[in-house]
Amino acid sequence: MSKEMTGAEMVVEALKDHGVDVLFGYPGGAVLPIYDVLFQQESVRHILVRHEQGAAHAAEGYARSSGKVGTLLVTSGPGATNTVTGLTDALMDSIPLVCITGQVPTHLIGSDAFQECDTVGITRHCTKHNYLVKSIDDLCRVLHEAFYVASNGRPGPVVVDIPKDVQFARGLYSPPHNVHHKTYHPQLDGDVSLIREAVAMMAAAKRPVFYTGGGVINSGPVAAATLRELVALTGFPITSTLMGLGAYPASGANWLGMLGMHGTFEANNAMHDCDLMIAVGSRFDDRITGRLDAFSPGSKKIHIDIDRSSINKNVKVDLAIVGDCGHVLEAMVRVWRSEAMHAEKQPLDAWRAQIDHWRARKSLAYRNSTTTIKPQYAVQRLYELTKDKDVYITTEVGQHQMWAAQHYHFDEPNRWMTSGGLGTMGYGLPAAIGAQLAHPKSLVIDIAGEASILMCIQELSTAIQYRLPVKVFILNNEYMGMVRQWQELLHGGRYSHSYSEALPDFVKLAEAFGAKGIRCYDPADLDRAIGEMLDYDGPVLFDCVVEKGENCFPMIPSGKAHNDMLLADLSDDAGVELGAIIDEKGKMLV
Amino acid sequence: MNAPTSPPSPYSASTSDSKIESHTLSVLVDNEPGVLARVVGLFSGRGYNIESLTVAEVAHAEHLSRITIRTSGAPETIEQIRHQLERLVPVRQVTDLTVNGRGLERELAMVKVRGRGDNRNDALQLAEAFRARIVDATTESFIFELTGKPEKIDEFVDLMRPIGLVEVSRTGVAAISRGPEPI
Repeated sequence: MSKEMTGAEMVVEALKDHGVDVLFGYPGGAVLPIYDVLFQQESVRHILVRHEQGAAHAAEGYARSSGKVGTLLVTSGPGATNTVTGLTDALMDSIPLVCITGQVPTHLIGSDAFQECDTVGITRHCTKHNYLVKSIDDLCRVLHEAFYVASNGRPGPVVVDIPKDVQFARGLYSPPHNVHHKTYHPQLDGDVSLIREAVAMMAAAKRPVFYTGGGVINSGPVAAATLRELVALTGFPITSTLMGLGAYPASGANWLGMLGMHGTFEANNAMHDCDLMIAVGSRFDDRITGRLDAFSPGSKKIHIDIDRSSINKNVKVDLAIVGDCGHVLEAMVRVWRSEAMHAEKQPLDAWRAQIDHWRARKSLAYRNSTTTIKPQYAVQRLYELTKDKDVYITTEVGQHQMWAAQHYHFDEPNRWMTSGGLGTMGYGLPAAIGAQLAHPKSLVIDIAGEASILMCIQELSTAIQYRLPVKVFILNNEYMGMVRQWQELLHGGRYSHSYSEALPDFVKLAEAFGAKGIRCYDPADLDRAIGEMLDYDGPVLFDCVVEKGENCFPMIPSGKAHNDMLLADLSDDAGVELGAIIDEKGKMLV
Repeated sequence: MNAPTSPPSPYSASTSDSKIESHTLSVLVDNEPGVLARVVGLFSGRGYNIESLTVAEVAHAEHLSRITIRTSGAPETIEQIRHQLERLVPVRQVTDLTVNGRGLERELAMVKVRGRGDNRNDALQLAEAFRARIVDATTESFIFELTGKPEKIDEFVDLMRPIGLVEVSRTGVAAISRGPEPI
C-alpha cells in the first residue's frame, strides 16, 4: 500500500511503523521540514535534549533498558558531529540506534555551505552502517533498512543523512514488510554438530566456567532465561563482563561476581584455573583478559558469538559457534536434556570448594569509616535501600562505575546501563533520561562521579522539562578518581590535572535547574538522606561527599595475569609499593 | 578510563610471532556510494596493510563490484581481515584466493622508456621476450603495455631502468579462481 508524501513525512511515518514512541532530538535549519511534521502529529513523542551527545546517550539508555531501537534526530553540521561520541559508544557496546541527520540541500553538498559537514564520511567509522539519501526514491527503502541493520545481527548505530531538498520532495512510501536486505543476513542458529561437540566438552569438564557478556542482554530476555536454565542444569559457576551484568542473577547460587580488571578474586582465579571456558556473547576485551599470554593458560575455550570477527580476535579458541547466543543456548539446553548429560559430580564439587576458598578472601571488602562516607559503603546502602524497588541503574565512567558494578547487584537483564567499551564520561545522566522515558513508573538512578556528571549536566534541564524524576547519586571525591588512582600507582603520585578544582555547589546547581539538591557527609546520616532522595517526586542531584583517596580494588594491574591481583588490604597506604608492582611494559598500557 | 597517554597496546594481535604472509582477497560488494571508502577505512582504521587494490564494477545490472586486495600479515591477522570485511553491510562475499592456491592473478602495466641507439634495440628485444606490446612510439621513446603476474612486471620494470625507464603506471592486481566454479 504505497502512499505519496514528502520525505519529511516519510521519516515520521517510518518511525511510527517501526514502533518508535520516543524520539530524542534537537532542531536546526536542515531538519526543519521533519520538525514541522513532528509538530502536527502525536504518535511519536519528541524529547528535546540540550546537546546532541545527550540525544545519543539518551537513545542508548532507552534502547538498552527496553530492548527496542533508540532513535534520534539532529540537524546538519554541528548537530551531526555532536552525536559522534554517542554513536561510537553505541558501536562499541552494540546498542541499536537509528540516527537521522539533516543535511544541506543536495545542490550545496561539497560547497562548504553553512552547517555542512561530511556526515557519512565522519560517521563511517563510528556506525555499523550509514546512508546519504540523495534521492526521494531511495528514502523509504533506506529508512526501513536502517532499522533492520541497527537491530539485526550484532546491533549497532545507523545514520541516515537526509538533505533538506529530499525532505521536501514528494515520493511513494510503503510500510515495512519483511525487509529483505540485499546483502546483510546474519547467521542466527549455531551449527548443530558444533553445539553437540560443545555440550560433550561441557559434560567432560572438571573445572568449567561460564564467561558471559553483553551479547546475552542484546539477544533478549529469552537468552538470559535460557542461560539461567543451562547454568542450573550444569551447575557450572558463572561470571560476567561489565556489560553482561544481570543476565544471570547476582543472587544466583553459581554467581562469581564480575570478572576483569576490577572483578572479584574468585571470578578471575576461576577464569585463570578453569579447564573449560564457555564464552557467551563476550569478546575477550583487554579489560577482561589482562596479560594475554597468561590468560587462562590451561583451558579449552568455547566461544559463542553472533559476530564472526569477534572469534579469535584477541584470544584463540578451541571451538567457535557463530550464532545468536539465545538460539545457541536453547540448542545447548535441548541437547543437554535430550542426551541426559550430567556433569561429573566429584570434580565439580572440588572445583566449587576451590572457588569457595577464593571467595572467602572477600575481595570486595574495604575498611569502613564512621567519620567519612566510603564510596563502596554509599553504593551498598543505595543498593540495600532500593533493591526491592523496580530500579534501573546507569553510571558515568570511572571509579564510581566500578564500585557500582561491584556493590550494586542485578538480578534481571536490561537493568544496568553503562558505557563499557568506549568509557564515555557523561553517559549516565542522558542514559538515565532515556531509561526513565522507557520506564516512566520505575526508579532510575545515575550513579555518578563529580567530574563525569559535569560533562552532560545540561541534560538536567531535559529532566526538568519532561518531569523525569531521575536521581543522580554523585560519589564526590573531588578527583577524577580513576585517573588519580592510576597516577598514584604509575606516576609517583603526581596528580597532574586530576583534581576537580572549582567544583560547583551541587545543591545550588540542582536548585538552579529546578531540581532538588541533597548533600551528605556523614555515614550515620546516609540512609536518611538516600530516603529523602527516593521520596522526592522529581529529579535529584545527590552530592554524596566521600573519602577522597579511596582506591578501587581488587585490581589486576596493567600487564598482569588474572591470578596476579591486587587486593585491598595489601595495598593500604602503599602507593609507592604499588607503583613498584607494575613493570615498565604495564605502564604503557591504558 | 581517561588515562593520560595511550601508546600502542601490547595487547594487540600484532605482537604475534607468526610469519608474515601475502594474501589476495577477492571482495564482492554492492556498488553503493562509499563502499570503497568503507573497505579502505577498515584497513587504515585497524592498522592492516594494503599492497595493491583494484576495484571495478563487474555486473552493472546487479550493481556488483569486485574489489581485489593484496594484503600482508600473520595468518590470524589475514583471517581477522576477512571476517572484518564480511561484517561490512554492503559486502556480499570475501574469498581468500591465496588459501586454496587456485587464484589466478594478473596485472596490467604501461611502461614508458626513453632512449636511442642500442638502448632502443635492447628495449625492443626485452619487450618481445616479455610479450609486451608497443602502444605508443616516437623516435626516442616507447610505451609498452604488459600483462602478467605482479612479479613479472616488477622484473620487466627493473630491466628497463638502466635502459631509460621514465615512468610506470600499474593497475594493481585483478584475480579470479581457476576452474569452472565461481568463487
